Amino acid sequence: MDDIAIRLGVHELIGDYAERIDEDRLEAWPELFADPCRYLIISRANHEAGMRQGVIYAASRGMLLDRVFSIRRANIFEPHRYRHVVGPIRLKAVEGSVAVVQSNFLAVRIMHDGATTLFASGRYLDRIDIAATPFRFSERVVVLDSDKIDTLLAIPL
Amino acid sequence: MSQSGLAASPTVTWPSNGISEVPFRLYTDPEQYAREQERLFKGPTWNYLCLAVELGKPGDYVATTIGETAVIVVRDRAGAINAFVNRCAHRGNLLCIERAGSTSEFSCIYHGWTYDLAGQLTGVAFEHGVKRQGGMPAEFRKEEHRLQRLRVSELGGLVFGTFSEATPDLETYLGPDVTRGLLRVMNRTPVLLGRSTQAMPNNWKLYFENVKDTYHASILHLFLTTFRINRLSMPGGIYIDRQGGNHYSYAKLDYAAEDADYKAAALRADSEFQLQDRSVVESIDEYGDGVSVQILTVFPGMVLQQVRNTIAVRVIRPRGVDKAELEWIHLGFDTDDEAMTERRLRQGNLIGAAGYISMEDGCVGGFVQRALQYNDAGAGLVMMGGHEAESQDFRASEAAIRGFWKHYRTLMGE
Repeated sequence: MDDIAIRLGVHELIGDYAERIDEDRLEAWPELFADPCRYLIISRANHEAGMRQGVIYAASRGMLLDRVFSIRRANIFEPHRYRHVVGPIRLKAVEGSVAVVQSNFLAVRIMHDGATTLFASGRYLDRIDIAATPFRFSERVVVLDSDKIDTLLAIPL
Repeated sequence: MSQSGLAASPTVTWPSNGISEVPFRLYTDPEQYAREQERLFKGPTWNYLCLAVELGKPGDYVATTIGETAVIVVRDRAGAINAFVNRCAHRGNLLCIERAGSTSEFSCIYHGWTYDLAGQLTGVAFEHGVKRQGGMPAEFRKEEHRLQRLRVSELGGLVFGTFSEATPDLETYLGPDVTRGLLRVMNRTPVLLGRSTQAMPNNWKLYFENVKDTYHASILHLFLTTFRINRLSMPGGIYIDRQGGNHYSYAKLDYAAEDADYKAAALRADSEFQLQDRSVVESIDEYGDGVSVQILTVFPGMVLQQVRNTIAVRVIRPRGVDKAELEWIHLGFDTDDEAMTERRLRQGNLIGAAGYISMEDGCVGGFVQRALQYNDAGAGLVMMGGHEAESQDFRASEAAIRGFWKHYRTLMGE
């Protein structure tokens, strides 16, 4: 696969990811991951210290589906949405059938009453399986710049 | 009223001498909040500071807060742990700005005054002036100045501090039951797995009460019931110390029955209400006593939890009358192998700011706070299980919340 095709496929996957979350199509969000996979939301402080405890951790597509089902049916919180703005997407390396990709993001949280705040900023550290199309995340580590989370984190970032 | 909080008299009126009717103004009144800083956090209470393992070698320090007050904890050259207020004796500047580190002394960036690891003043820049001009007065003695010292105590690898000389020693303060509960969980050397902080839009007490509230668990938190995760029998109880503010509640789990139930459930077709991946709740009886949940509190602001195989210290820190910060300190132990660490990390989805069985606690206090906005007349009811604050062998009770208010009223002089 040529470099341009890889970059386009990676770009499409990362854009699709943000769209499925922001447009509340959460049930379709786990499909963007390989199975097994690694999805981790972790603070920069923990990540840089080599600690592994995150805020959300999934090691399989099943764990991602459970997260969606739980926030739809079990967990109680005020309705809200996010708007992701994903910054420059950098293809750092291609290792066999894996693209190593890094991007920045801002996630704005819009509460049901209209209150709008900058909820999170950080980096996506991705390992993307490019063996078949469409591409899939084999790993997505969401590194939050801050280790402080306002109120709670229900919807994935 | 001055910020010292030593108001002449309480501004909130209790409806009776009891502890089962709690005035709502306790969550909204700024003067009450200032009094709590003086009488609770700086009063005769033990407050969590850090893990002993964070101070591995002499000079290692952690900067933290007790209530709103900035504090430094450091291991000195003799290996002892010292704690003092993070405020230079000269002009009151914050001495230590980094959250943690290692140093041979503390040096103030403002005018260069230095302190040793016991908090004693050792150096004053230009103490004798420049070219015999200026300098401190002849009668000034460095030996007479130091950082305000706290008493320190360690139990189960957790380091606590107190401002007051009147605080009983830590184990006496906790009482025998809560001491036993703490040492049951902290029975090995802890390893820090990570930490995070949740900003809460509510008065600190609403969270601390929530932790002591064994009544709400299966009502507000629907994850376990939605996914039909076995809650068979679950015998348990509540221990409350004599003063009332320290407690632990526990529940047992029939691990074998849960496993059998899981195997049976796998044969059924109603997969919609089953977890796709059970590893988030697959736990082992690591203490060998069948207890799957133990929630322990140390008045006024610390929680030690074992929820299945997740171990965490939580510290609730007041940040104004209607704001608080909850720090989660996630632990493993030095005896953990990779499988055990992975088990703790997967179960970590249950707890914290995004926890399946804890995220609601992050918002429910804020809902109460909003309902009390300019609407704080009257009193809330905490009468489930009676009017007293005694240990009980059932958990549909608000006894531990009443224990909190018993201790609170004593120390607040209300």
